[in-house]
Amino acid sequence: MKIEVDKNGFYGKFGGAYIPEMLYPNIEELKEKYLGIIEDEDFKKKFSELLRDYVGRPTPLYFAARLSEKYKAKIYLKREDLCHTGAHKVNNTIGQILLAQKLGKKRIIAETGAGQHGVATATVCALMGMECTVYMGEVDMERQKPNVERMKLLGATVVPATSGSKTLKDATNEAMRQWINNPVDTHYIIGSVVGPHPYPEMVARFQSVISEEIKIQLKEKEGRENPDIVIACVGGGSNAAGAFYHYYNSPDVRLVAAEAAGLGISSGKSAATTVLGKLGILHGSRTLLMQTEDGQVVEPHSISAGLDYPGIGPVHAHLFDVGRGEFVAVEDKDAMKAGVELSKLEGIIPAIESAHAIHALNQIKYGPDDVIVINLSGRGDKDLETYIKWGEY
Amino acid sequence: MMKTSRIDHLFKDKQENILAIYFTAGYPELEDTVPVMEAIEEGGADIIEVGMPFSDPVADGPTIQESNKIALDNGMSLKKLFEQLAKMRETVTLPVILMGYLNPIIQYGVEEFCKKCQEVGVDGLILPDLPMQQYLEEYKDIFSQYGLKNTFLISPQTSEERIKAIDQNSDGFIYMVSSHSITGAKSGISEEQERYFERVAELGIQNPRLIGFGISDHESFGKASKHAHGAIIGSAFIKVLNNADRANLKRDIGNFIKGIKNGEYDYTSKA
Repeated sequence: MKIEVDKNGFYGKFGGAYIPEMLYPNIEELKEKYLGIIEDEDFKKKFSELLRDYVGRPTPLYFAARLSEKYKAKIYLKREDLCHTGAHKVNNTIGQILLAQKLGKKRIIAETGAGQHGVATATVCALMGMECTVYMGEVDMERQKPNVERMKLLGATVVPATSGSKTLKDATNEAMRQWINNPVDTHYIIGSVVGPHPYPEMVARFQSVISEEIKIQLKEKEGRENPDIVIACVGGGSNAAGAFYHYYNSPDVRLVAAEAAGLGISSGKSAATTVLGKLGILHGSRTLLMQTEDGQVVEPHSISAGLDYPGIGPVHAHLFDVGRGEFVAVEDKDAMKAGVELSKLEGIIPAIESAHAIHALNQIKYGPDDVIVINLSGRGDKDLETYIKWGEY
Repeated sequence: MMKTSRIDHLFKDKQENILAIYFTAGYPELEDTVPVMEAIEEGGADIIEVGMPFSDPVADGPTIQESNKIALDNGMSLKKLFEQLAKMRETVTLPVILMGYLNPIIQYGVEEFCKKCQEVGVDGLILPDLPMQQYLEEYKDIFSQYGLKNTFLISPQTSEERIKAIDQNSDGFIYMVSSHSITGAKSGISEEQERYFERVAELGIQNPRLIGFGISDHESFGKASKHAHGAIIGSAFIKVLNNADRANLKRDIGNFIKGIKNGEYDYTSKA
């Protein structure tokens, strides 16, 4: 079965554009124009120049010798943590700001959870001299003060989302409301492969540079483009979509997605959507969704704010549904251990999100000759306080 | 079941100044749903829109969001709502429309939901996150099998071509969102909005039009009604429920509705 989006924005039974009519013209405009714009030679040139000169791409594909020795496989780390702003998020914001300019938009809005996507958006808005407003849950603003200040330093306005649980999903609700209120001059930069079509596919395309580079780099190092296994963490799933993209339809490559199990699958404090979610509709997309039996959305929990989302990108729901992806649920404590382990073995302090992908090595089967690529989506600087609180290092 | 729907009857009998009132089920208190509906009818409104609360109401402003949250905290659910509505037709004769988001309906089961609607005497649905294409492909047949009319929204940004398509696929009325906005975001009606109302009025569409979002008092109701068959009031009414004297809830609701219709109401002290 080929993994691809259909013309209505569905991956199998997941996706679509379940949006209020007020946003229909915006979504329709994007749907009609985005492919033409991003496949234009001039656009592609600008995009790749910025990725090279501003973001610092290509990011290295690093053979992790000590990690490989410990886990008895050939393990490579795709170093998205070395991107400008500290994570893969900026690949997408560079692409979307160029798109927003082509669409003639004057203002940018975005949602953010931990603040990584907010910072990446504020960064590209500063770069292009565009007005930027970022919606962030009031609770997250308190938890992630340094990122709030980074966004302000970059010239963005940060607006607290004060409804509901005051976290990522509420920030997303608020950004959608503000887009409804300002549909003409504003572009909404969604940070993950979620939301109404064409966002999931558009964001995945901008992130697909990750697997595009892996193919070239692995060919140089191993003489083949395809590893045996690619591992990435999944919240909404943008880094995983980028790392999997050019391997979706290569059945010889196992795609492993590490979800956040939080305090444990049955603890009531988890974000493992493929285990706990049911088919539902949130933020314009039909996907797996953590919810009560009455269909109210449940507040997820993960120690990493970037995985703290009650849904999952529709493409990942589809990979799960058709058995193309292997999903593992990694608990908070195991992710923290893996983060400490990588720090000591390789001198790389990972974002706690990415540490979930590292720990997946303990939860899947593989052989000593297997070539494994782990997408190291972000660096751990932002998580220092969480590491300190954890204390066991 | 009635052979001709209550909605068709209403628009046949009345072509102007139709007043629809929205409120959230289970708000301010869980068992207020049916008493509030009775008071809306006694007060002289024409259509009752019952909001089905949802955890993530993206098309709604702070007032309705808050009422959704309180209703859910009170224990409201679709199961509870249908229990409450089971005997509403003993006291409520107006058309009743349920308004809300898709996800709770999907969990309840779309067909089971429609069946329940028909059983208790619900006449129609307004689901802002159900787009026309999905409606036509997956929902239309089930809705009509159970006699439920689906109402679509249009906004100032909606193209003429799309308004006509929406008109063709509607058989109750069209909900005109008055501006670029979520509910309760703006108040009053500007000249620009009046031009939009006129532009749509001149398209000669077949369905009646009701204007909603930003209608909050006698003046805005009057302006909206001038350009359409009537208007829908939501956030302003929720504020009345919030501020009402509980011992006199029905009286306060009645006074508000009479005020919308004839202008004798002190909005500043109550809303």
